[in-house]
Amino acid sequence: MNRIKQKLQEDKKILSIYFTAGYPHLDDTIKIIQDLEKNGVDLIEIGLPFSDPLADGPTIQASSTAALKNGMNTALLFEQLKDIRKTVSIPLILMGYFNPVLQYGVEEFCAKCEEIGIDGIILPDLPLDVYQEEYEVIFKKHGLINVFLITPQTSDERIKDIDSASDGFIYMVSSASTTGAKQGFGKEQSDYFDRIADMNLNNPQIVGFGISNAETFGQATQKAKGAIIGSAFIKHLTENGVNGIGDFVKQIR
Amino acid sequence: MKSYHADERGYYGEFGGAFIPEMLYPNCEELRQNYLRIMQEPSFKDEFHQLLKDYVGRPTPLYFAKRLSEKYNTKIYLKREDLCHTGAHKVNNTIGQILMAKKLGKNRIIAETGAGQHGVATATVCALMGIECVVYMGEIDIARQAPNVARMKMLGAEVRPATSGSKTLKDATNEAIRDWINNPVDTHYIIGSVVGPHPYPDMVARFQSVISEEIKNQLQEKEGRENPDYVVACVGGGSNAAGAFYHYLDTPEVGIIAVEAAGKGIHSGESAATSALGKIGIIHGSKTLLMQTQDGQITEPYSISAGLDYPGVGPMHAHLYASGRGEFISITDDDAMNAGMELCKLEGIIPAIESSHALAIFEDRKFNPDDVVVINLSGRGDKDLQNYIDYFKL
Repeated sequence: MNRIKQKLQEDKKILSIYFTAGYPHLDDTIKIIQDLEKNGVDLIEIGLPFSDPLADGPTIQASSTAALKNGMNTALLFEQLKDIRKTVSIPLILMGYFNPVLQYGVEEFCAKCEEIGIDGIILPDLPLDVYQEEYEVIFKKHGLINVFLITPQTSDERIKDIDSASDGFIYMVSSASTTGAKQGFGKEQSDYFDRIADMNLNNPQIVGFGISNAETFGQATQKAKGAIIGSAFIKHLTENGVNGIGDFVKQIR
Repeated sequence: MKSYHADERGYYGEFGGAFIPEMLYPNCEELRQNYLRIMQEPSFKDEFHQLLKDYVGRPTPLYFAKRLSEKYNTKIYLKREDLCHTGAHKVNNTIGQILMAKKLGKNRIIAETGAGQHGVATATVCALMGIECVVYMGEIDIARQAPNVARMKMLGAEVRPATSGSKTLKDATNEAIRDWINNPVDTHYIIGSVVGPHPYPDMVARFQSVISEEIKNQLQEKEGRENPDYVVACVGGGSNAAGAFYHYLDTPEVGIIAVEAAGKGIHSGESAATSALGKIGIIHGSKTLLMQTQDGQITEPYSISAGLDYPGVGPMHAHLYASGRGEFISITDDDAMNAGMELCKLEGIIPAIESSHALAIFEDRKFNPDDVVVINLSGRGDKDLQNYIDYFKL
């Protein structure tokens, strides 16, 4: 069974951490993944840096620019990850923008993910209809879960479409924003969390955007299955490098 | 019959579509579901055409360039978009989109700009309608284009520097898209070219199509026929070209010539000739030809003309190129500057450097003496004066 699905069956709230591959230093990728697992993180999203990350706020943008400057690219990331399954067993997701995947070749990209032991992919700018028409077959052939996003503006009807196209979890964007833009959750978010919970979707939801500490993690996971931390962890890496990852994780949970 | 227009999903052949994150889906979907209906409404059409006439100054003349024609031994007409209010064709689109925004109940406008022409055209219509306006502009472009920054401020717009990435047009576009993600309900994003996710390329092309609609009427009057042998326009993102080509796209007897900026030469590493250097990929929500690294990172183009240095090209043009319907020519900085100066001397018209690229094709591309060639003179050269001064040491 796919490691993501297995993890989602555990009776616990999922803590997922995002980081940009190649940041702060080109060769930090493996150490970051290992330290996150060692400190009890449930799921890791490895960011493939892109020159034009439309959905990201300044923190993740800066990490992408720096990672590209450090020399990160798709082929190199695969090379760094080739033995990752010898030491790491939690689910791993690659997250990025569609263009670098398209240039690598979608089929080749998916095959490489399977070979390495990647469990899922998040490509925010690959639309649902194009995925279903052109790429779903390829993703499935290689045992990869494709994760779709929903936002507070997504209509109920579309959420249902996304739910039936999903096979793992739904990435629930907490507010109408780019990453790292908002701090703390208000009534708008709690209404939205309630609305989604009441829909009784087939797939569990993991909340992302705006989660930076124990408080927001707690709020986000009151109804949802888990939460994702991205910008706050990138800030930690900027300030501390790869030191103290355990301290960062422990202050969340 | 094969059509070179967008299909209902916004595809021109294999190019186009809407490759956007879910955060933008409701915004684009609202526009997609409404734009054609709104554009058909009599009240919309009336107001659009009234403003084009009384405010923009349309129809712009179709001018027979006698001395230029004599020099190149063919019949050259200039479509005088340079005479539009604000100095270029850009305002055709911003008038259309501000009316669209009003119909959709939006009360805040955002836009991106490179050289500042689209920013000025957007700030202009926002002043006209009394709507809040924020223009994103790359930090580097703000420094390079001080007069246009001042114009936008005088017109009441807030100019926000884009400090990410390469700090130019593509990054200003990214920042505008991010703003839209953060303000999905009250804000309309006025994209300045036939780029971006569906329905933008089609909507902007339709607003600009007034150019070829007028050419047809005017040519009928002057030559007794609606169709020229060739219609020529420069292409950065491609909005003036889309407007000039629009009513001729499915008329195969009219040759379509798109002129790109070769910069310092196609293989110099400093160029914006996307058809020659680009590969299919995704930029700003559209599948099209774009300049990128082997790894799929979008690269920074170069042209002496700030309006042509976009790393992609609208999906309509990508399809015209890939299908062979359009003839693509690239022109270097030097050839464009000389062609611009030549128009000054022969016809008493100072063209924008963008438009000078289209004028420069006659040195190498020969036409028959009785060919009718329409060049879209997309803008005037006032904004480029410093460039002309520096280049020719005036």
